[in-house]
Amino acid sequence: MTTPTTLPDPGGSESERPAGAADSAPPDLPTSAPPRWRVVTRAAGTVWVNRKARLGLVVLAFFALLALLAPVLAPYSPTAGGFERSAGPSSAHLFGTTAAGEDVLSQVIYGSRISLLVGVVAGVLSTLVAVVVGLSWGYVRGPVAEVVNFVVNLFLVIPGLPLMIVIAAYLQNSGLGMIIFVVVLTGWAWGARVLRSQTQSLRGRDFVTAAQFSGERSWRIVFREILPNMTSIIASSFFGAATAAILAESGLSFLGLGDTTQVSWGTMLFWAQNSNALLTGQWVLLLAPGLCIALLATSLSLVNFGVDGLSNPRLREGSGR
Amino acid sequence: MRYFLSRLGLFALTAWAAITLNFLLPRLMPGSPADAAIARLAQNGPVDPATRAAIEAQLGVPTGGLLAQYWDYLGNVLTLDFGVSYTFFPASVASLVGSALPFTLVLVGLVTVAAFVIGTLIGVLAAWRRGSALDALPTLSGSFLAAFPYFWTALLLLFFLGYTFQLFPTSGAYSPYTTPGLNGPFLADAVAHAVLPAVTILLTSLGGWILGMRNAMIGTLGDDYVTFAEANGLRSRTVALRYAARNAILPNLTGFGLALGGVVGGSLLVERVFAYPGVGYLLFNAVTNQDFPLMQALFLMITLSVLVANFVVDTLYGILDPRTRR
Repeated sequence: MTTPTTLPDPGGSESERPAGAADSAPPDLPTSAPPRWRVVTRAAGTVWVNRKARLGLVVLAFFALLALLAPVLAPYSPTAGGFERSAGPSSAHLFGTTAAGEDVLSQVIYGSRISLLVGVVAGVLSTLVAVVVGLSWGYVRGPVAEVVNFVVNLFLVIPGLPLMIVIAAYLQNSGLGMIIFVVVLTGWAWGARVLRSQTQSLRGRDFVTAAQFSGERSWRIVFREILPNMTSIIASSFFGAATAAILAESGLSFLGLGDTTQVSWGTMLFWAQNSNALLTGQWVLLLAPGLCIALLATSLSLVNFGVDGLSNPRLREGSGR
Repeated sequence: MRYFLSRLGLFALTAWAAITLNFLLPRLMPGSPADAAIARLAQNGPVDPATRAAIEAQLGVPTGGLLAQYWDYLGNVLTLDFGVSYTFFPASVASLVGSALPFTLVLVGLVTVAAFVIGTLIGVLAAWRRGSALDALPTLSGSFLAAFPYFWTALLLLFFLGYTFQLFPTSGAYSPYTTPGLNGPFLADAVAHAVLPAVTILLTSLGGWILGMRNAMIGTLGDDYVTFAEANGLRSRTVALRYAARNAILPNLTGFGLALGGVVGGSLLVERVFAYPGVGYLLFNAVTNQDFPLMQALFLMITLSVLVANFVVDTLYGILDPRTRR
């Protein structure tokens, strides 16, 4: 939903510096490490300066801490039953209990682990596929590019959720790995297309021509010369893919297509609807997991506002208009 | 004409690829869905040879080569013969789809059109009064609502408006005591049932239209012809609607076409929450019951409707924006 912010922006590509000596330094120079490190810290600074991105990073850090410290923070085990069933909020159970007598607060805390895990793993994997496909596809010309064009367009038009559901139905109950697989399978094409158009616009630049004339091999030109120029687009397509993955995981789990015994925000809502939490009036059980999904997804889109500023200085805050 | 023909060729190729993908999908998966399916069907009584052959053609039990199976499958698709549903035995897949389709088309179709019109108008207003409260409010709430998981918005509406305050019915498309048809009680009942799903889809899709239109229009507002129109002393409403908005609407129109194509399968989660008997809910039922023929037919239909919408939008775009023709 938020991916249009990563549309290839002709203005952005103009203002982008070709990777200077810092990023694509010849490997025989041992001094390439410190400048690269400075590039990273400077990039982090650019993101942090943006107010929206800072808010996003804070929320993201909150959920990361929640996931890491879940065993410490959660009052009970998320799967420990035996409490009063479908109870409302009380001092012993701040968010109440589920219909199976489990503590809702503990489930919400542990649920952050699944969402973050799926977001990071599926985000990284689909970005990897998008980078490899997008860059090679943008660099080569001729019939191969046409074939790839067709395949990517096919993946773009096939509706994602139905495809995910159908594949999930065939690979029955394989749990989290299956969910990550279908999310990556349906999620890489958009990033590939964005990266491809950026590669095409860089393909004719002088530094690429120079590399070609100096006899570098194609894969080296693509991944060592062109790739560093697209750091911000790659980062932003990672955040876009992670957001989509988190939403997809919650949707699939809510439909009961994942492993329903695993505690995630999506499965919490699945059990809430299937055990009539709507009838017993447990609004916290409905509110908390969904709000967490929405907050986590929003925080990733907010971070993306700052990442956009990396490639396009005009989008940076405080730098005038 | 050339533009149209090349688009048509591409559409045919893509449709063929989608149909073939639908054929290969069950065959690429581990295990044999057909065996599981026939075992399931056998619970309803003995499986007659014709049904067995139909399932095998659909799901790929290795009788004959892959090519022969593919040929059978293409014939079945062309004659809309998708076999028999396991879950709703002995109803045929085609009749099930036929009875679910009107609900989805009317509900989701109407809401999609309404969301597009309302969202685009708000977007025009937001861009025209940029920086004011009229801009900030819809833009902010739109982007916040868009981050909500669809089904969660649906669950919350269902809980508060359906159960707590009991303003609307909580599931289905009509009450059992009404008789479907063009009579007053049924239509009133169906509208009452459609309110909550409709509001959910409206809330979650409005933000995209607002933001899309606003951003595109801010682009055109900076163009010379808009400045020229203002300098000519035209009324501001004329400048906004006939000059700026008219050119800014193109990207949103593409999105609208795609959204119309997505109408058939796009509201699965919402239909699931409200148990609304449309195409999405049918697909959900097919998946949870491993009703493979029904699932394959629905997936094919959903994909093809998106492809057709894509094709129509591409063609219209060529008419609306001559620059794309080349």
